[in-house]
Amino acid sequence: MDGGEGLSAGPVSAPTSASASLRRARGRVSAGLFRRAWLRATLLLGAPAAWFVLLYIAALVILFISAFWRVDEFTGKLIHSWTLDNFKTLVTEPTYRTIALRTIGIAAAVTVTDALLALPFAYFAARLASRRMQSLLFVIVLIPLWTSYLVRVYAWRLILAQDGILNWALHKLGLGSLEVAYSNWAMWIVFSYIWLPFMILPVWLAFERVPGSLMEASSDLGARGWTTFRRVLLPMVLPGIVAGSIFTFSLTLGDFITPTLVGGAGSDFIGNVVYRSVGIASNVPFAAAFATIPLIVMALYLLGARKLGAFEAM
Amino acid sequence: MGGGMRLSRIALAVWTVLIVCFLMFPIVLIAVYAFNPSNVQSWPLHGLSTKWFSQTFQNDAMREAFWLSIRAALISTGIAILLGSLAAFAVHRFRFFGRETVSFVILLPLALPGIITGMALNSFFTWGGLNFSLTTIVIGHATFCIVTVYNNVLARLRRTQASLVEASMDLGADGWQTFRHVTLPMIATALVAGGLLAFALSFDEVIVTTFTAGAQNTLPLWIFGNIRLGQQLPQVNVVVLCVIALTLIPVFLAQRLTRDTGALRPVGGGMAGAGSRTRVVAEAPPGG
Repeated sequence: MDGGEGLSAGPVSAPTSASASLRRARGRVSAGLFRRAWLRATLLLGAPAAWFVLLYIAALVILFISAFWRVDEFTGKLIHSWTLDNFKTLVTEPTYRTIALRTIGIAAAVTVTDALLALPFAYFAARLASRRMQSLLFVIVLIPLWTSYLVRVYAWRLILAQDGILNWALHKLGLGSLEVAYSNWAMWIVFSYIWLPFMILPVWLAFERVPGSLMEASSDLGARGWTTFRRVLLPMVLPGIVAGSIFTFSLTLGDFITPTLVGGAGSDFIGNVVYRSVGIASNVPFAAAFATIPLIVMALYLLGARKLGAFEAM
Repeated sequence: MGGGMRLSRIALAVWTVLIVCFLMFPIVLIAVYAFNPSNVQSWPLHGLSTKWFSQTFQNDAMREAFWLSIRAALISTGIAILLGSLAAFAVHRFRFFGRETVSFVILLPLALPGIITGMALNSFFTWGGLNFSLTTIVIGHATFCIVTVYNNVLARLRRTQASLVEASMDLGADGWQTFRHVTLPMIATALVAGGLLAFALSFDEVIVTTFTAGAQNTLPLWIFGNIRLGQQLPQVNVVVLCVIALTLIPVFLAQRLTRDTGALRPVGGGMAGAGSRTRVVAEAPPGG
């Protein structure tokens, strides 16, 4: 290590008087700091804490307070008086209820799909694949994870398009064509694709943690493969599935890019309404009120996940 | 029973191959589309050509967006390295009130849906009278990038031995010398890896940026706008290929640097807390 040389050379070599006094001063500062742990802690944590509290937490707090404000219809100005009107609109307008249900429904469907796709893959990767195969599979899972999100959505837009490769392949096989482009089906496929690595990795990890002796014991005791899977493996990897589902569910819930690019006319998500309310209608209070729905859903989800031990599985 | 076993093994292997194809196919396909000679993005392609490349690289709007993205990513990464490592040192070294919440708060911008972070910052900037500029983009990006550096550095600090630092102090080094010659070399690769991941995260971000960029275009916003409106798609294809390369290279380097700690999973042990061997895989982009 290169540090060793610097260290031993430092105190032994004869320093010039200027650097000696500098060193003494530094020594005093460093000794003073050493005695005052709270001071060191404050110096270290001060800047990051200020950043988060003054910029991020403050912004979040103001946002949620503003959910109870309203915008004057004529002047477009914010009115800082307490009202539940935004929430009333959300509950009474059927359009918004449909949008909220669609968002939550597709997020749930994506989560289930990803769990089903990931389970056999993760089992194979964790328990059957050779070491070389494992690292290859790991890279293959990570490449889409780190490929630009927009790029992957765009790729699917091309695949699912009327004149895209999917219909071309189906046509070649003599199966006619599918009309999935710009629909809820397209969103389901694309979201399932985009978030699949987030499900695979925690489940893979969970499978890795199951001791091999446990499965041997199960089969020694006469359990067939399927019984071992259902009664021994599944309960043990459940926290991994729940951990993955936090990502698949939460990320789908807050998205508006995929619905914009591959969804159809009637495919609005909560995020689309929020985006338009902020950007076009300048109605931040309403957007904030609507955004509380994914937030509350996620909070409940996280509480449930913690009960199931998902946080230990990450 | 042995036969059943073999059958299920084969079924699992086939399933794995299918998932591998599913995961890789769109990425391979989009790379091929960059060489589509036609204006129309339909399959099959009628030949391959590189004719759109030069046109794309001369597109001023694209170049401007590209440089804005690079600047935003570099500055955000710098801020993330500074604040993330400071926080990691504080959490590693000291016991203080609220220590447990630090990891949680740092992870929050990545864990919360992007629209919430984006909207919160958007109304905060408007409310505070701050005009949308490079600064506002950077504030948004740095906020969710800090976690990658924080997690990488914290994971590294937890695996290094405190006795090295003590030995250095015992041998007469002051705090700065110890930091410069002992601590820094130990965490250097973790810092670089966290920084590379922060860069990749920032360079790719769309959702928060749509709320903090105002009228400016970062590269992802330029791509998003063009896809949505169906404009300049041949050029989008070329840019998309370059973006894949540009984000995968830093990630690949980060992986080489931190083979031991598995830093490719950018959100490390954040929610799980201390010392856990495992790391949360997250989000790449809060578009993710």
